[in-house]
Amino acid sequence: MSDEISISPEAVDQLYQRLDREAKAGGYNLNPDVAFTKGLVEGLLINEARYGYGSCPCRLADGERKLDLDIICPCDYRDPDLVDWGACYCALYVSDEMRDGRQLLQAIPERRPPEEAREAGVSAAKPTATAVGEAAHDEELVGFTWSGLPVWRCKVCGYLCARRRPPLKCPVCKADQDRFERLM
Amino acid sequence: MPEVRGHIEGKHSDCQVLLYALSTCIWCRKTRQLLEDEDVTFDYVYVDRLDAEERKACRQQIRRFSDRTSFPTMIFDDTDCITGYKPDAIKERLAL
Ligand code: SF4
Repeated sequence: MSDEISISPEAVDQLYQRLDREAKAGGYNLNPDVAFTKGLVEGLLINEARYGYGSCPCRLADGERKLDLDIICPCDYRDPDLVDWGACYCALYVSDEMRDGRQLLQAIPERRPPEEAREAGVSAAKPTATAVGEAAHDEELVGFTWSGLPVWRCKVCGYLCARRRPPLKCPVCKADQDRFERLM
Repeated sequence: MPEVRGHIEGKHSDCQVLLYALSTCIWCRKTRQLLEDEDVTFDYVYVDRLDAEERKACRQQIRRFSDRTSFPTMIFDDTDCITGYKPDAIKERLAL
C-alpha cells in the first residue's frame, strides 16, 4: 500500500474547524498547538481516504472496519486516557489542565489491548464484563449493569452514562467530573 | 509524503537504529525529527504504507521486543527497543 494520498490544506482546515466546534460543544478541547493538531487532522483525512473511515492517526489500522471499530476517531480509549493522562493517545484531545499548560504532555501508554486479546473479544472498556444470562452478579457486582460498568449521573442535569469513570465534563451541561454521582 | 523506507546518515552511527513509524502519526514525526536533529544514523520504515504481508512481518519484528505493536518503536542493535516519543530515554540509550 505505497499510496501517495495528498490532502489539501483547505480540507485540513475544514475538518479542524469542525472538530474544534464539536469538541467545544461536547465539553472537550482540541490540542491548542494548532500545527501539531492539524498534522493529526491530516492523518485522519489520509486514513479516511485509505480505509473509508477516519481511524486513529497514531495506530496501525487493520483496514477492515470491524477490526478497527475501537480506533475510529474519537476512539474508545479517548475518555479514559483524558481522565488518566490529560490527553488522548495522539494528544488530539486534551483536558482543561493540559490546554492551559498546567499539566505536562508526555508519551501516553497504549491502552488498546494487544491483538490477541482483541481477537479473544476482550475490551479494555469493560474489564469486568459479565455475559448476559450468566448466573453471575456475585456480591460486588450487584448494582452493576450487564456491561459490567457502573452508571454515573450528572447531578446538575441528570445526564447518565455507563463507563469506568465519569467524563471530565458533562457533554450536556458541561458540569465538571466531580459533579457526578454513582447511580448504579 | 515521506518515502516508505529509507536510510539517514548521521554523525552518530555506533548503534544500529531502526525506526518503525506511521506516516500519519505526529509522535512518529517528532521521533524522526529528534534522530535527525541529533545527527543519528538510522533506518526507518512507515509501516502503514506497506502491503499486508510486509505489515505483518513488521508487526512480528516489533513483537520480538515489545508486548504491543505501537508506534513509534525504535529497535537498537537488534536487542532492545523504546516505544513512544521519549526524548530523554532515546538520548540516554544512544549516549547523546
Ligand atoms: S487517540 Fe485521539 S486522535 Fe487517536 S483516535 Fe483516539 S481520540 Fe482520535
